[in-house]
Amino acid sequence: MNLLTYFVKNQNLILKLTLEHIKITFIAVSISTIIGVIIGILITRYRRAATPVIGIAGIIYTIPSLALFGMLIPFIGIGMKPALIALILYSQLALIRNTYVGITHIDASIREAGKGMGMSPWQFLRMVELPVALPVIMAGIRTASVMNIGTATIAAYIGAGGLGWLIFRGIASVNAEQIIAGAVPVTLLAIGVDYVFVLLERVLTPAGLRH
Amino acid sequence: MNPIANTIIQFDKVSKIFPDGTKAVDDVSFEIEEGECVTFVGPSGCGKTTTVKLLNRLVEPTHGSIYLNGEDTGKVDVIALRRGIGYVIQDVGLFPHMTVVQNISLVPRLIGWSTADREKRTDELLTLVGLEPSAFRSRYPHQLSGGQKQRIGVARGLAADPPVILMDEPFGALDPITRAQLQDEFLRLRSRLKKTILFVTHDIDEAIKLGDRIAVMRSGRIVQFAPPVKILSEPADHFVKDLVGKESGLKLMKLAKISDIMVPALAPILEGSSILEAKRLMVEKGSDILLVVNDQGTFRGAIRFEQLNQKDGGTVADLMDLGIPTVRDNGEIQAALEMMLRGERFWLPIVDEEKCLKGIVTMTQFACFFAREAQG
Repeated sequence: MNLLTYFVKNQNLILKLTLEHIKITFIAVSISTIIGVIIGILITRYRRAATPVIGIAGIIYTIPSLALFGMLIPFIGIGMKPALIALILYSQLALIRNTYVGITHIDASIREAGKGMGMSPWQFLRMVELPVALPVIMAGIRTASVMNIGTATIAAYIGAGGLGWLIFRGIASVNAEQIIAGAVPVTLLAIGVDYVFVLLERVLTPAGLRH
Repeated sequence: MNPIANTIIQFDKVSKIFPDGTKAVDDVSFEIEEGECVTFVGPSGCGKTTTVKLLNRLVEPTHGSIYLNGEDTGKVDVIALRRGIGYVIQDVGLFPHMTVVQNISLVPRLIGWSTADREKRTDELLTLVGLEPSAFRSRYPHQLSGGQKQRIGVARGLAADPPVILMDEPFGALDPITRAQLQDEFLRLRSRLKKTILFVTHDIDEAIKLGDRIAVMRSGRIVQFAPPVKILSEPADHFVKDLVGKESGLKLMKLAKISDIMVPALAPILEGSSILEAKRLMVEKGSDILLVVNDQGTFRGAIRFEQLNQKDGGTVADLMDLGIPTVRDNGEIQAALEMMLRGERFWLPIVDEEKCLKGIVTMTQFACFFAREAQG
């Protein structure tokens, strides 16, 4: 009963924090998608760079989030900025790898036909490689989004805001209602975003590839 | 070959050495005339595919020059060059996310044709390759059989009406029945569209069947470049001889048309002629049998000397043998021979598409044909 009262009494705060959380995640995913897809495309053109680039993205991915935040604070301070940078760095593995795999898995015969027909590399990228790789790239964006919702929760610790703020405040003041008021919306948010992406993947998969 | 035909493609001392040192093409020179179909044949690794890919610069030559319509291909824009050359490959390489229409009309789209023109062209091409446009237009590649995919591949290669087409083992991955069918359709297409075609195959029979000339390749070199008949009857060396195989006589027979061996029918007689006239003609020609035609020249039957004594009055039409099997003048001689052996006939009348009598073949013509080929 206490819980429900807490939710009703603090609904404006919870809503504000949820929107903040969505905003952080959305900005981070948007920027990482642009960077990750571009890097992913570039390493399909310079194949020798693929292994080291994906390797570095993998190493970044393994750094514990609090450690990464800590490392960024001396240079950038606290708040939204270091949080966004950390989220963007974490997302790179999923995005670079999926873009690379999606494009390199296109049949050699398709590649040869496109080239032989006189498509420029840019036309082939736009008309063939990206549409065919789109489902795989979308799966990467989905992974990055769900992961960023989780990591953004921890980013509240360095002052980025979002629903993590409620959780950390609740832990500090031993306030179970407050912890749950942060934990439940953030969980629902993660599940909801995952589901939206499943639908989006289905819609964006070109008809000829749905079989 | 047409003596006034223009050279459209010229390879001048072309070599391709890959970075690992492999000499895939070794000092190759040849010329191809407009409208000609040249088949490149040889074992895998002989350089046949590399040779044709040098033309659309999917492979760049290490030495030498290649000219298309007199222009050095190394000096023209590579994208424009490729758009002007149709390209059909064994694995087809249809774009999986595009419909049949989108696949076929891709090059026209790249060079800026209007949507209406592209749709019209696609329907034309689908009909040309034997697929019903309304049934196939909006299908995706995964909804097509292997043979249908390759038909679309051929249609795509023809889309922007390029004067030159490269075909790299286009029928190599198909089952034998589909392959034979597509080969026949290829020949039918060729007689309708005057295209210059470079056709790669590892199958000597395909090379013989489809090529005006054959380039036999080994270890990056052209061992022999000649019309099929010449490859069969005068192989340049043991390698070509082995490639052609033991049945070169039979293969030669497949290439020859009835019109190549037939002789004119000895004085055909009109069906309305009198018996007396027939007798006179037989005596005059020293022949026991006459072929009968109507006044349009259409073959009707034959009349034998012994039939003439059955009756004195009337016309040839009353007495002649009817229902004699005929053979088309553009037919294969193998089929005619088969007909003679099975039907136990010693001669066959040859007719054109209007059933007009053109000539006759007897066992003698077959004997002459083989004797001539055996001598080269």
